[in-house]
Amino acid sequence: MDSLELLRLNLTSPMVLGFALGVFAALVKGDLKLPDAVHSAIGAYLLFAIGLKGGAELSKTTIDTILLPTTATLLVGTAIPILCYAVLRRLGKFGISDAAAIAAHYGSVSIVTFTAAGVYLDAQHTTYEGYMSALVAFLEVPGILVAILIARVASKGGASIRESLHEVLTGRSNLLLVGGVLIGLLAGAEGVKPVAPFFVDPFRGALTLFLIDMGLIAAGRLRDLKRVGGFLVGFAIVAPMINGALGAAIGTAAGLSLGGATIFATMVASASYIAAPVAVRIALPDANPAFYLTSSLAITFPFNLTVGIPLYHAFAKWIHS
Amino acid sequence: MHSRSGSTPEDEFRTVELERVTIVAESVLESRLIALVRELGARGWTLTEVRGEGSRGVRASEWEGNVKIETLVPKAVADRLLASLARDYFPHYAVVAYADRVRVVRGEKYS
Repeated sequence: MDSLELLRLNLTSPMVLGFALGVFAALVKGDLKLPDAVHSAIGAYLLFAIGLKGGAELSKTTIDTILLPTTATLLVGTAIPILCYAVLRRLGKFGISDAAAIAAHYGSVSIVTFTAAGVYLDAQHTTYEGYMSALVAFLEVPGILVAILIARVASKGGASIRESLHEVLTGRSNLLLVGGVLIGLLAGAEGVKPVAPFFVDPFRGALTLFLIDMGLIAAGRLRDLKRVGGFLVGFAIVAPMINGALGAAIGTAAGLSLGGATIFATMVASASYIAAPVAVRIALPDANPAFYLTSSLAITFPFNLTVGIPLYHAFAKWIHS
Repeated sequence: MHSRSGSTPEDEFRTVELERVTIVAESVLESRLIALVRELGARGWTLTEVRGEGSRGVRASEWEGNVKIETLVPKAVADRLLASLARDYFPHYAVVAYADRVRVVRGEKYS
């Protein structure tokens, strides 16, 4: 299948169409919003299920196999916020806090985008390393911390690193994700089987429902588009493409398969909008949330979901051949 | 201030005048605000998840909503609390805080 055909398949998947439904509902001011508690519960379910699946796969993997991909994950997790910060400061003329806050989002990872990449590959029967979701857990935290650290060094003071560390590590998304990985690892693939009918099989359905709500939330953010300015809108599309290309290359160099490199590229290209906003709001209170939320949630997320994932797949294919 | 006592024993109706401080804030601040309320001398608090709109449209994660924290405290504690909020939270966060005088039954529990 050529890349355009894959793009078409992705755009007509229930996930992406569900997201579009949410966007549509927001634009026509329709009544579609899930109750907050339901949204949180599905979010928790998705995070824990991803962790559990990754942990179970990890239990079948040797340390040697994951050593290089893990190192690569930590490396890009550190490099990307630094790169983004430099670009936002120099070219975008953002202040220290705003640049660091946006960099934290792009350094961290969007779990939903990551998951969508897995579903995309499953749909075309491309296999990938099952332990990728354990790598996601490694990528979530460093990006946020590095960016907050940059702001601290650049502004000589400000946020306490200990407090931010506590915020990120004990945040709901990290506890569920890392907790899921550990439980999956300890229980092993056999041990996870009895709970698979709940945590594995209905997963894609739950993701689709969640994406309807995400469409609504992302479209709600579009009202701030004018306030964020042209540079940031461009950044929110170009940065993921560059990060994705970088991710595809580094993932391949770390020995990942074509599917694995595609997921790795997607992870690296994605921008957090669950863990990072909360941590950044506390650590960098003077950064304007309109900048980091609008760019990561209203632009980068829909871009990755629709065009980005097939694009990173094409990058990975090109590098692999 | 003491209320009228009827046929019921006076103890059950005795009220004390206290201040009720109400804080409405973005929910990322929940644990910090509770710690602050306790630290400045409140004996307890009540928290509700709320929705609303104000001058700051933007939330850190708007789908996580706002919280409303209420606490019954002596006037001195209320003043310290409002001053502390004004200094540390008003500049950067969406926070509304106000105090009103209330008559509290069994008020001695709160001061």
